[in-house]
Amino acid sequence: MADAAVHDSPHSPSSGPSRAKVLLREPLVLNNRSYSWVTNRIAGIVENPQPKGWWFLVVPCAMLVAVMVFCFTFLVSTGVGVWGPNHPVAWGWDITNFVFWIGIGHAGTLISAILYLTRQKWRTAVNRAAEAMTIFAVMCAGLFPALHVGRVWMAWFLAPIPNSNAIWQNFKSPLLWDVFAVSTYFSVSVVFWFLGLVPDLATLRDRCQPGIRKMAYGLFALGWRGGNRQWRHYEVAYGLLAALSTPLVLSVHTVVSFDFATSIVPGWHTTIFPPYFVAGAIFGGFAMVLTLMIPVRKIYGLHDLFTMKHIDNMAKIILLTGTIVGYAYLMELFVAWYSGSLYEFDAFKWRILFGPYTWAYYGMFFCNVIAPQVFWWKKMRENLIVVMIVCMFVNAGMWFERFVIICTTLARDFLPGQWDMYHPSWVEIWTFIGTFGFFLMLFALFLRFLPVIAIAEIKGVLPEADPHFNPNQGKRSNTVAAPSYAGDQHLPPG
Amino acid sequence: MSSPLKRVHGYLAEFSSTQEVFHAAEQVRDAGYSSWDVHSPFPVHGMDEAMGMPRSILPRFVLVGGILGLSTAFLLQFLTQVVIYPTVVQAKPANIYTIAAFFPVMFELTILFSAFTALFTCLVMMKLPRLNHPLFNSANFAKFSDDKFFICIEARDPKFSAEKTKSFLADIGGSRIELVEDEL
Repeated sequence: MADAAVHDSPHSPSSGPSRAKVLLREPLVLNNRSYSWVTNRIAGIVENPQPKGWWFLVVPCAMLVAVMVFCFTFLVSTGVGVWGPNHPVAWGWDITNFVFWIGIGHAGTLISAILYLTRQKWRTAVNRAAEAMTIFAVMCAGLFPALHVGRVWMAWFLAPIPNSNAIWQNFKSPLLWDVFAVSTYFSVSVVFWFLGLVPDLATLRDRCQPGIRKMAYGLFALGWRGGNRQWRHYEVAYGLLAALSTPLVLSVHTVVSFDFATSIVPGWHTTIFPPYFVAGAIFGGFAMVLTLMIPVRKIYGLHDLFTMKHIDNMAKIILLTGTIVGYAYLMELFVAWYSGSLYEFDAFKWRILFGPYTWAYYGMFFCNVIAPQVFWWKKMRENLIVVMIVCMFVNAGMWFERFVIICTTLARDFLPGQWDMYHPSWVEIWTFIGTFGFFLMLFALFLRFLPVIAIAEIKGVLPEADPHFNPNQGKRSNTVAAPSYAGDQHLPPG
Repeated sequence: MSSPLKRVHGYLAEFSSTQEVFHAAEQVRDAGYSSWDVHSPFPVHGMDEAMGMPRSILPRFVLVGGILGLSTAFLLQFLTQVVIYPTVVQAKPANIYTIAAFFPVMFELTILFSAFTALFTCLVMMKLPRLNHPLFNSANFAKFSDDKFFICIEARDPKFSAEKTKSFLADIGGSRIELVEDEL
């Protein structure tokens, strides 16, 4: 009887003692899916017609992209004065949005690189989409400083190119470090993403009928044949890229925070900024990954691949990083008082008590520190509506964090005679909304043309992918646990 | 422009599980073949040992790439900031002691050069990209990227023999053994 049951479904927990189930690790792919099921399900998203909802997403997003292009054209043709920044508040929404989008990207690299190095195999279900999100977010981010320079046609001055003026960039400036950090981040993320895509593009190529699609996928699959003489170099290269991306991702937001921390402006001049920015970036990025992936999971039926366990893990990371961010907020306040610096103390007094933007501070505090605390309860982490709502709060909260840091600080600096308010202009507002359209449209096109989950990597974490897996044994942990229960029966009760 | 002439590329045998192909690979290794490969939809853990191959030497190239990036960044900054166009900004000196301010860019270019070295060296070592390969002439081979595993023993292997290799592949558990030919 038992043998027959095992034979029917080789990987399901066999009818051993019920206590053994507690010890079982939850499988990464549910319902004992086979290799070809994984291929069909993920490649099917690309090959079958998109659901109607896809068009309801893409068409409005394309319109928003048109609005964004219009706003940029208006800005470039008229001048940077069509935006709201004024004399004390020289950085407004543009730099806020830049830091916001860059931060979003960090979760993608965290999932693809740091979780790879720490052998967190659950990352395979989300890394592809998260890396795509990273790349698109960095593209959105790059637009803002590029246009904020004012004369966009002079933006090439940022690059160290010999020019007829014989002037070189100031390499001692954090703004130039930022140029190098962000462009390196973008390039390395694209390389990492592309290398991961190659085997999956080969899968799509091999499933296509001859034609343009097959040629296009074939071209980008580079003639991949999955030979172990290729895999052995591929795996080493992938591991190295993960090892390179890990310090890179930490450096990018560190350098972004240097833009603030190396200045002498009270409220910015703090050593806590680099770790605080990195934690905040991972926090906001994970919220954005969940915001995108929970609907994708539902619409495309990926429940067996992107399981509740994944959502649970990511909710826990949001809780952890959100609490780190909360600690940083409180520590900033403590140090403002404890340092005895009059200016520092005043900056925070204006920020949280008497300033014009205190509402933004409390909004930020609620969204980033209070809202994620519901994730202490397992029931809340399992309720997708709650998870989505919290993620929306975090998305908004992380934007407010950057707004608070930039605008409240600049609006109240050293000389009261300089104080002024900052209000975004309609151009700025629509540019920001337009970048959301740009981001979502790129993501929708990614869903349409590329495998949203890493097919080869998911197959590699299935139990039967292990060359020493014995299908007749059932779960290995189960068979290990069984003898001890046999022994238990001989023990005296109590 | 297809010609009637064909060249034998090798024998291709199909396997249906990781376990089968893993043990088959060990037997091919022990039989002394050298020009052969195992094709799988995902990297199989331990296959390098099963095929008797050493660890990839890719990291050495990446180290060189990283050192190149580091020195490029240092020279770029030192030459422009100290030698060609010395400027004192933010009261930072225009001499070697300002090196601390150069660290972020040195770090970033180290990573950038290493990453591109990893990508391109990896492609060279994998002998990719290429637009075609004799294996793609086999209709059955397309399943390598889905759920099947293949072992291909190439005709240029000194131990290759039209009959013996075929029966050897059958003995180690291969199915649907076919002769893959390359159009000349």
